[in-house]
Amino acid sequence: MPNHTFVVNGDRITVDLPDDVRLLWVLRDVLGITGPKYGCGINVCKACTSHINGRAFNPCAVPVSEVGPDDEITTIEGLPATVGRDLHPMQEAWLEHDVAQCGYCQPGQIMAAVDLVRRVEAEGREITDDDLDTLRNICRCGTYPRIRDAIRTGAAAM
Amino acid sequence: MTNHHGTEQPRPDGIGRRRFLGYVLAAPTLAAAAQIDAPGRAQAAVTPQPTDIVDLNDLMTVAALPTSHLVTVMVNTDGTVSFALPRAEVGQGITTSTAMLIAEELDVGLERVKVSLADARPELVFNQLTGGSNTTIATYEPIRVAAAVARKQLLLAAAAQLGVPTGDLTLADGTVTAPDGTALDIGSLAEKAASTHVHRVSVSLKPRSQFAVIGTARTRVDALAAVTGRKTFAMDLDVPDAKPTMVCRAPTLNGTPRSAANLAQVRSMPGVTDVVTISTGIAVRAETFGQCIDAIQVLEVAWRDGTAEGKSDDDVLRELRWAEPSLGLPPLAPTIDERFTFAFRSNSALETNCAVADVRSDRAEIWSSLKSPIVAQQTIAAKLRLPVRDVTVHVTEGGGSFGRKLFFDAALEAAEISRAIGKPVKLMWHRADEPRQGRTHPMATSRVRTWYLGGHVLGFKQAHTSVATDLGHGFGELVTATAAHLPIADQAFSQVFFQLSQTMPYEFGASSRILNETDRGFNTGSMRNVYSPDVTCSRELVVDRLAARMREDPYRFRRRMLRTDRARAVLDEAARVGEWGRSLPDGVAQGIAFHDEYRAVSAVLVEIDCRPQTVGRQIRDAVTGPRVTKAVVAVDVGLAVNPKGLEAQMMGCVMDGIAHALTAGLHLRDGAFLEASWDNDFYTRQWNTPPDFRVVVMPPTTGEPGGAGELGVAGAMAAVACAYARATGSMPTRFPINHGTLSFEPKPPVPPVPQSPTDGLDHVR
Repeated sequence: MPNHTFVVNGDRITVDLPDDVRLLWVLRDVLGITGPKYGCGINVCKACTSHINGRAFNPCAVPVSEVGPDDEITTIEGLPATVGRDLHPMQEAWLEHDVAQCGYCQPGQIMAAVDLVRRVEAEGREITDDDLDTLRNICRCGTYPRIRDAIRTGAAAM
Repeated sequence: MTNHHGTEQPRPDGIGRRRFLGYVLAAPTLAAAAQIDAPGRAQAAVTPQPTDIVDLNDLMTVAALPTSHLVTVMVNTDGTVSFALPRAEVGQGITTSTAMLIAEELDVGLERVKVSLADARPELVFNQLTGGSNTTIATYEPIRVAAAVARKQLLLAAAAQLGVPTGDLTLADGTVTAPDGTALDIGSLAEKAASTHVHRVSVSLKPRSQFAVIGTARTRVDALAAVTGRKTFAMDLDVPDAKPTMVCRAPTLNGTPRSAANLAQVRSMPGVTDVVTISTGIAVRAETFGQCIDAIQVLEVAWRDGTAEGKSDDDVLRELRWAEPSLGLPPLAPTIDERFTFAFRSNSALETNCAVADVRSDRAEIWSSLKSPIVAQQTIAAKLRLPVRDVTVHVTEGGGSFGRKLFFDAALEAAEISRAIGKPVKLMWHRADEPRQGRTHPMATSRVRTWYLGGHVLGFKQAHTSVATDLGHGFGELVTATAAHLPIADQAFSQVFFQLSQTMPYEFGASSRILNETDRGFNTGSMRNVYSPDVTCSRELVVDRLAARMREDPYRFRRRMLRTDRARAVLDEAARVGEWGRSLPDGVAQGIAFHDEYRAVSAVLVEIDCRPQTVGRQIRDAVTGPRVTKAVVAVDVGLAVNPKGLEAQMMGCVMDGIAHALTAGLHLRDGAFLEASWDNDFYTRQWNTPPDFRVVVMPPTTGEPGGAGELGVAGAMAAVACAYARATGSMPTRFPINHGTLSFEPKPPVPPVPQSPTDGLDHVR
């Protein structure tokens, strides 16, 4: 089987797997990185949202062969290190607003939120309700209002 | 709440103070315990039926031991306090509220209290069922009694060590302090306070006036684990050799495998370790879940018919109409007669059905999020023909439930697969399996008749007719679970649930309600708030009609008709905070509704925007439609242990209510549900979340906690429906309101799960 090399949360790793195994299963089943969650497997629920080279993506929809040796994958486990702290400001905002209920979708929500804030900041503007409406991540516990509040708090601290 | 162990004993100061009995258990460090009683009194109405599945004598013998119903607070030498909660934490916040009860009574910091989830404990009988929003109601007293016993023992141990009377010692923040300033951490007392034998202890509980933790807003004890990805769900467990496993399921509901043509080919696919036929389909075990999905794509299986073969929504609706009881002759007074229809709805959580199972010839070990772990343990033992004591069932943290985890479909299936393969398995249902083969809130009709004269309502009848709700989990153990499966007993069982949960909060003269159930071909269950969302929505829409007939404002009419001050108080608060009656543009309107259950009362006010520019707004792959722009919930649970947690529950309840009213139905066509994705099943998303959302937690009234996890769904659904009727000028009678339009292209039924896309990087913005 082919070897695939890429960087996960700062560590360069190599796995020996068929080309078409989606990255979510490489992370969860092979590498034991369980922060990204399975919720649909078809890039709809966004529970597995992680970052590739600093931008949000869904590893359930990316074959392992599509990532290269220089691609940097960041999961929720590696998010704090991107700012050199124990917790990313978005995680702190999540704690401040006590967002999580069951917590299952929360790693994906936080990774999506960080990406949204970066994109909006790159456009040189403040987060709007319309921006928040574009987030597709399912929270079946329905803690959406707290997610909205936390993103605004987290954005101010990022 | 009553207590069977409390006794009144006068104190030296002459004031009677209720005493409670607890136990100190024989253990190396301090273990203080209290007896936990059966939740509710409902089971008295059900006659347990003898069963040959479980040895009733064994069960009763264990259950009859004097210490068998105890829950135990342990004080550890590191100064932490631990407690194994015999309930499932699925997001409702009970580990946090339980830690608060212990911290309060034991006078330790909340951060020292470690609450875990207990394995299945058959000796608890009725008392390991997480349902009916009963956890805090049932555990509020026993947990505090156990903590109070621990506190008393710690003070006795400190008194002995320091040679001062206990009355001169103070215990605060986990430290015992003597008059001379000597301070002892409770960890240093944990062994000295331990006992070598079981003995009973009498304690009193802290009066409410001294509460410093209960009733204060606290953040969740598992919040850090959740935001760092460290919170461990069943699928995250690292059980040796428990490899990913999925099941190829039938194209129609509950179809079963007849034969598979290419098992050998599938066994040779990359990563696949095992392929085996089981009762529900063809199970595939592989190195990754992706390879299980690959295998399911190519399996060629012939299927036997399922349990709803050929049926579509309209067929089930016809069955319901036939089963509707008569409401009798119409009264002579002016009358309103309405019928409401409610589609099937999926109660799936975001975490799909999943379980880890390691079944050997002489024992089995199961890990899953289970709200009825005792029934799971007993049923799995029966299926595997193992004694119950050789089946260990661990309750893991759950990624949501909404009633789904009252059943243990995945645990039972995982056990069957592990036995068939002879290896441990980590079984996961695909998302598509959930709406297609998972459990649903049953389709129902609700007929409402009310008659009135002048300003008085003379009578109110409601006949609710529903596809049968499976209550097969009983009250948490196999005796009543089996009773629930007997045809006659099940009717009695649902009637008990229905009659106990539905009330008539208004002065509406002679009121009555009936439940009739039909068609057992569907996989149903108690979706969050069970019958109440549909029943209350129907009732509240008719309350609005009554108000209109009497030319009264919907809020003031309710206010005049509500029976209690407690009810009027939440209604007034919702109306005040939500600015009832404020001026709104055409197409935008308010709705207000009331609901009481679980010893709690609630009122919900919403504003809905039904203007064309809102209804038709474009969001990629979204069903948009009307938007609830504001929601206000006023809630009185008697005593909110953790107001912040209560607020979170109300938030989720409102999102559920919006989904029930507007969007989230399942479509049955030719024996199968069409939904297979979150983009088919339109649960509330950010784009239909109310931008303005407020919860008012009322000050304590009864002083005893009521249930909270489900309370707000009924009121929210009803308020949305009432608002929609006022915004559009037409009362909706079919729910969800969008159900008549199929807003997506159904995924093919074969293969039963879609392949994962490969274009994920194209979407990186």
